[in-house]
Amino acid sequence: MAMTMSQKILAKHAGLDEVKAGQLIMAKVDLVHGNDITTPVAIREMKKMKQETVFDKDKVVFVMDHFVPNKDITSAKCTQMCRNFATEQGLKNYFDVGKMGIEHALIPEQGLIVAGELSVGADSHTCTYGALGAFSTGVGSTDMAAAMATGELWFKVPAAIKVNLVGKKQKWISGKDVILHLIGEIGVDGALYQSLEFTGPGVGELSMDDRFTICNMAIEAGAKNGIFPVDDKTVDYINAHATKPYTVYEADPDAEYAREITIDLGSLKSTVSFPHLPENTHEIGSFGEIKIDQSVIGSCTNGRIQDIREAAEILRGRKVAPNVRCIVIPATQEIYLEMLKEDLARVFIEAGAVVSTPTCGPCLGGYMGILAPHERCVSTTNRNFVGRMGDTTSEVYLASPAVAAASAVTGRISGPAELGL
Amino acid sequence: MQAAEGKVLKYGDNVDTDVIIPARYLAIQDKEELASHAMEDIDPEFRSKLMAGDIVVGGKNFGCGSSREHAPQVLQTSGVGCVIAESFARIFYRNALNIGLPIVEAPDAAKEIKDGDRVKVDFDAGVITDETTGKTYEAAPFPPFLQKMIEVGGLVNYVNEKM
Ligand code: SF4
Repeated sequence: MAMTMSQKILAKHAGLDEVKAGQLIMAKVDLVHGNDITTPVAIREMKKMKQETVFDKDKVVFVMDHFVPNKDITSAKCTQMCRNFATEQGLKNYFDVGKMGIEHALIPEQGLIVAGELSVGADSHTCTYGALGAFSTGVGSTDMAAAMATGELWFKVPAAIKVNLVGKKQKWISGKDVILHLIGEIGVDGALYQSLEFTGPGVGELSMDDRFTICNMAIEAGAKNGIFPVDDKTVDYINAHATKPYTVYEADPDAEYAREITIDLGSLKSTVSFPHLPENTHEIGSFGEIKIDQSVIGSCTNGRIQDIREAAEILRGRKVAPNVRCIVIPATQEIYLEMLKEDLARVFIEAGAVVSTPTCGPCLGGYMGILAPHERCVSTTNRNFVGRMGDTTSEVYLASPAVAAASAVTGRISGPAELGL
Repeated sequence: MQAAEGKVLKYGDNVDTDVIIPARYLAIQDKEELASHAMEDIDPEFRSKLMAGDIVVGGKNFGCGSSREHAPQVLQTSGVGCVIAESFARIFYRNALNIGLPIVEAPDAAKEIKDGDRVKVDFDAGVITDETTGKTYEAAPFPPFLQKMIEVGGLVNYVNEKM
């Protein structure tokens, strides 16, 4: 039977020749990870299980990223619990302050996941690694506990939506605009329980960082996973970061899809998601003046080096508008270091922005940029739900790094064109 | 599985995990204290209105957003007997079943049942009865594998049984 790319990876890991949409399977996982919020819950659940040790010390990864460096005593206790468990179990990949990064940027960068693998993480944006041609999906803490203990987990085989990418994108248009546009088209439950399988000649136009951003937000369309085919760019990325072997899977030409969508990259404009849902998309130029109080550039969606470079190109020699706070957060220590090497931190600081150590921080309203009542923020993050970044009357507008940087300069939601770029 | 019976607290589409339990409370490890903040950003009176066994009804894509298991957990700890929705976000769906919080996907029931109605859900028969209006609805039954998991009390017990 013809299968999609996701279905082939699931079949392989379940030890089956074929699977079909809707089927329940038990599959072996290549990687299980959790963060400082979800791991403590998983540890407690695992302690109720008969199995006392993790199934494989090399394949269980903890990343402390949401509230670190710890923002208060309760979060310090969470990290302490993860740290103790990691030491006790002898985990090879435990990432704490000084080594950590935001998990979904860090895990591919550290070469912990490669094409053809099956990974689960107790964080919804685990779908990010589909950019590498892996099947990767977010689960809960009890799932994480079961997967840590046994190395396998139950899955319902998803149907898929085929997203055909064509055309060439224009300057300043990035992966963020592609995915916001798609979510605007199909809605926040448009791909519920399904895979988003990207394909077509436009794939080659997208950098790996664009693809990570796109897969990262697959969950914001309700998808179980997003996935890209493996091409030269993928192979180059894997060779530069990983040492383990990878496997290339391709969708069968006659695989069945629940739906097919075509996106012409050439016609995309800078896109912004208005509060309080990622599907409320508007193109720059189609709305009036929206003043902002804060601009956040970072997160697992857009804290990679390409994002930082784009924002820096816009902020270079310019100033952040009076009364606007601009917060730049590189997603990992390596990205931070690269930013220093390229002298980009200076660009931001001279512009009047702050540069932070890697952390999720403001993305989930944790710390480092919480909004007061009625404040507005343009942000390169992925969610703009009520109260996501602070007070329940505050507002988050999701956009690309280019838009977040340009808006920081003008003080209202703007594209780079307004600065003559 | 037993039945759930109680009054309905009804909400709209896309009730996300950020409003079910805001991230600012996620470091709290005490279950009761954490649950005291359940739904406070969408309905500050949720906890005072809720009686043990009450039923939460939502629209489409209930539980979307973050994978935090704290979301079904605070509903369960607060005493919610069952969640009925037109559809659920998939991680919330997994999480709820994994921890043993009954949830039922039933589009017609979710649309028609009103806030304050008394509702009974018979999990074995797959029937939802709105006792206020007298109307009954069919609920999609769980596949056998999930029935087994729910019967033994969630994923932890299921894994232990297999070991
Ligand atoms: S950056 Fe935001 S969305 Fe990404 S893992 Fe952290 S909190 Fe979640």
